[in-house]
Amino acid sequence: MWTWLHKFASPPHAYRLLGKMAPWFGWSSLALIVLATWWGLVKAPMDYQQKDAFRILYVHAPSAWMSMFTYVVMAVAAGIGLVWRIKLAHAAAAAAAPIGASFAFLALATGSIWGKPMWGTWWVWDARLTSELILLFLYLGYMALRSSFDDPQRADRASAVLAIVGVINVPIIHYSVEWWSTLHQPASVTKLDRPSIAIAMLIPLFIMIAGFQLYFGWAICRRLRGEILRRERNATWLKEIN
Amino acid sequence: MNLREFLHMSGYAGFVWTAYGLTAVVLLANWWAARRIEAEQQASARRRMTIDKEQRT
Repeated sequence: MWTWLHKFASPPHAYRLLGKMAPWFGWSSLALIVLATWWGLVKAPMDYQQKDAFRILYVHAPSAWMSMFTYVVMAVAAGIGLVWRIKLAHAAAAAAAPIGASFAFLALATGSIWGKPMWGTWWVWDARLTSELILLFLYLGYMALRSSFDDPQRADRASAVLAIVGVINVPIIHYSVEWWSTLHQPASVTKLDRPSIAIAMLIPLFIMIAGFQLYFGWAICRRLRGEILRRERNATWLKEIN
Repeated sequence: MNLREFLHMSGYAGFVWTAYGLTAVVLLANWWAARRIEAEQQASARRRMTIDKEQRT
């Protein structure tokens, strides 16, 4: 396994492998997102209380899930980079940040659009919404911190510390609806016993989450390839891509 | 369900379509940005190699 890891951590190998994987992620994510959009907007039954407004769930919940998933990926990559001094791990963390920030923005924006007709307000400073906003600021802070250093190694180390410290916010977001009194509904899908949402509504949600995961896979492949090229400016293996 | 009912979204059309539209815009913007970053770095790597080659000859 360590041999495989070391092989993968070599920039030329990773660069080629990511290039081969990206189209698979890209096309499968497109297929699943199109299918889930059709299923969520057309086939899924209308909610008896929220009517068709509940269909925002199919873009809101996957975005919120991905904003947290991406942060954990970023923090783990940053941790690996910090402990084992693997440059590729730092590059992966740097590549994940803008993708995660866009998911956090989407979760907040679509949540706000859903909140207006259901709660009567675009925004409240409650635990779930505030902790998700902090997540967006953590992503933005991480990117700002990286860009404030000229030396890439110092940027890697400083931003990795921020990414690792900030990961504490992820369980806070998840459990915020249980720990504090909030307008946001409690968990209905990620419960230990069984989801409190009808299976006909749940299927398109899972398809959309899978589609978003694959989209993340595609985006990180592309961004990481760019990041590898930026870091390996003078490497001899670059001749091969010419 | 006919097309008019579908587009109407039981009175929540503005909210539902804005949420889906915004998601499409953000995903497409991310797609475009990721491709552009990769293409720019590839072009810059090619430029450096060409300069390097010219300096050697």
